[in-house]
Amino acid sequence: MSIDFSKAVGIHPDALRLRAERTKILASNIANESTPGYQARDLDFAASLRQAQQDGGDGLALDSGADALKYRVPFHPAQDGNSVELGVEQAAFAQNASDFQTSLTFLNLQLKGLAKAIAGQ
Amino acid sequence: MSFKQISQIAGSAMSAQTVRMNTIASNLANAQSASGNEADTYRARKPVFAALAASGQGEQQLAGSRVQVLDVVESSEALRKVYEPGHPLANAEGMVFYPNVNSVAEMTDMLSASRAFESNVEVLGRVKSMQQSLLRLGEG
Repeated sequence: MSIDFSKAVGIHPDALRLRAERTKILASNIANESTPGYQARDLDFAASLRQAQQDGGDGLALDSGADALKYRVPFHPAQDGNSVELGVEQAAFAQNASDFQTSLTFLNLQLKGLAKAIAGQ
Repeated sequence: MSFKQISQIAGSAMSAQTVRMNTIASNLANAQSASGNEADTYRARKPVFAALAASGQGEQQLAGSRVQVLDVVESSEALRKVYEPGHPLANAEGMVFYPNVNSVAEMTDMLSASRAFESNVEVLGRVKSMQQSLLRLGEG
């Protein structure tokens, strides 16, 4: 009997990878806050995670590329075509960062459990 | 994990906002720089930002646009023409030209630029702590 590590750690490595990817997208929204014509984007986290799991463990299963990215619908459209709303993006960024920490904590606990199993404690 | 790219994105925004701050400082500093003719008068400068989409293969192609300062353009608004015959720079008609700097607009722009800069500093700080906790994965 052997432990399949990728099964043992579950969904969290994929989730972490996606969280990092989403951080990049949100950071780019915040960075382009004053760029005329810039359209804020975001990824559909649930759909992307499902996709990442279906495609198997190896490699980053985000090859669907830019199609996976959706455009944000602004509450108050700006005249210069920029659809970044700083408050919305900052909230999404903070939420995403704390979800990243949560996944990381889960992963850490699972790794600790595995280490204990291996050590036979 | 593409933390490096995130830092680059936030960094590009910070440098773009610094350019914006620079032009604002220059505009405010020269707001009263009078001149005797239209050609020599200082004109308000504004940076033009553009999003620079990340290019690359696979994972890197996904998303993330840096900010690029395309150019710094001079405002085409009319200069302020004032009748001041006593001014040493006044022309033959006694007119003096003042720059087309709108101090109130520049001040609000300055607030907006510094706030945008700070948001990007916050992004950098948060990404740094994410990266550090990722490094501690599996410890104790």
